[in-house]
Amino acid sequence: MAGPTPTRKGADAVTSVTEARRSAPRAPGPARPGRRAVDHGPWFLVLPALIPILVLSVGPLLYGIMLAFTDAQSGRTEPTRWIGTLNFQDLLQDTLFWESFRIGLVWAVGVTVPQFLLALGLALLLNQDLRLRWAARALAIVPWAMPEVVVGIMWRLTYNPDAGILNETLRDLGFGGDRDWLSGLATALPAVIVVGVWAGMPQTTVALLAGLQNTPRELHEAAAVDGAGAWRRFRTVTWPALRPVALAITALNLIWNFNSFALVYVLTNGGPGGRTRLPMLFAYEEAFRYGQFGYAAAMGCVMVAVISVLLAVFLVGRLRGGDER
Amino acid sequence: MRTRPAARAGQYAALLAYLVFLAFPFVWLASTAFKPATELAGLHPTWIPKDPTLANFRQAFDEQPLLRAALNSLLTASAAALVAVAVATPMAYVMARHRSALARAATGWVVVSQAFPFVLLIIPLFLVLKNLRLIDSLPGLVLVHVVWSLPFALWMLTGYVRAVPAELEEAAAVDGAGRLRTLVSVTVPLLAPGIAATALFAFVTAWNEFFFALVLLKTPEQQTLPVLLTRFIGAEGVADLGPLAAAAFLATLPSLLVFALIQRRITGSLLAGAVKG
Repeated sequence: MAGPTPTRKGADAVTSVTEARRSAPRAPGPARPGRRAVDHGPWFLVLPALIPILVLSVGPLLYGIMLAFTDAQSGRTEPTRWIGTLNFQDLLQDTLFWESFRIGLVWAVGVTVPQFLLALGLALLLNQDLRLRWAARALAIVPWAMPEVVVGIMWRLTYNPDAGILNETLRDLGFGGDRDWLSGLATALPAVIVVGVWAGMPQTTVALLAGLQNTPRELHEAAAVDGAGAWRRFRTVTWPALRPVALAITALNLIWNFNSFALVYVLTNGGPGGRTRLPMLFAYEEAFRYGQFGYAAAMGCVMVAVISVLLAVFLVGRLRGGDER
Repeated sequence: MRTRPAARAGQYAALLAYLVFLAFPFVWLASTAFKPATELAGLHPTWIPKDPTLANFRQAFDEQPLLRAALNSLLTASAAALVAVAVATPMAYVMARHRSALARAATGWVVVSQAFPFVLLIIPLFLVLKNLRLIDSLPGLVLVHVVWSLPFALWMLTGYVRAVPAELEEAAAVDGAGRLRTLVSVTVPLLAPGIAATALFAFVTAWNEFFFALVLLKTPEQQTLPVLLTRFIGAEGVADLGPLAAAAFLATLPSLLVFALIQRRITGSLLAGAVKG
């Protein structure tokens, strides 16, 4: 998961933002004329990383796009043939895939939006001079460090109908509490969405916190002196400074969540009745259970295409919305 | 700026709510791991085990090849982390110091590689590794983990290289040191803490990784901890909660320890990057 599995994420978002900003005003250090002539060093320094990237990332990606136009299958003896866009035509008719795609979108948006709001609240709190802030900061990134499989197991234990703490707490509060959250047709998707929000909050929080430290403190104080309330200060001072980071992390979260795999694989494995079968789970089964490599690769291409379009729409809309500054 | 006491109290209450939300599943995992089987079968589970026991851990080790899987995870994650920083450090150096087309392309790849679904990557990777006879082998998984952790490693290391003043290297060059010599005896020692943090982060990434291990490893002797943990659950749902919780608890400890070590560095470098921009 992201790759977007998983771990690592939040940070990249901030990079791309700061990266873009930082590059412009930099003095052209080593690229000075005169030294250029003997600039063969970089090639030799870059090679050890470049070869694995080309062989195991860029190459396979292109190969994968190619596969989408073939009838490649696992363990077949006859040679693979080009079949043009046949896979894509089949995909168009494949209602199961589109249902899975719809679930994937509901999941991605359903996780990303609460994740952002909750993370924003937490980041604002952690940015205050509260006591025990250090402990809170350390605790807040625990979900980031955990293996996704363990996160899934942990929540299975929590949701367990008999031995889980959720139903026990509900029983104590007098709300009944005999639900089987992960097997109920109506509750399964909301239940896994909660886990998705929980698991992804730390990276988002850390990225937003980084953005918050970027807000000019004096401006904030000046606005307070002028009698601006908390909401007004947030809207006029904090949000404009936070916007680039918020946009970047939200865009990345959308991608990562849409491509999510391990969490749901462990929690429900796509069940009950396909209610939580995210596109990644669908494509994984198609490729490695049924051996339909070409067809699964076509699914991957469609996922990339649709996500790119959605993301472009989202980013263009947001960026335009910010032009009044 | 003063905050009114009522607002302050509200902030603490909100913070507490966040911490409860973030911490309770983990507390529950630990609690389940130390509960005897009789208590787990009982109707009213409690937060704190009434009769804490290590039986679940013993059972987990007895019934599943937990040690073997932990060893596999340790070997692949360490190898992946070492190789990743070894190849990423020179590249990050070039990306930080040279504004070449290559450096720009590499930065682009770091960003774009985040967006691709693994299905599109894993099928061809599977076929390539199969041709190289690296399927179902830990070296094959190490290779995949290296590439998988490279974007983040490059990003972290580029930041650390930028923090090393270029003047130091220029001084060494004036003294007649060659490029490689300068890199090895001036830059790398100054980068050491950053390289260590990056290696630890790559270690956690590989230790936690599940999808590639699931697809690439077939035989039980090769599987890593996350894959073994999902086998615990089995096809027909959770059979034995106690041992499952115990094994999951153990599998998390290394990640948490390493993260505690580098936490400040990760958030710190993030903050530094944001502020400098």
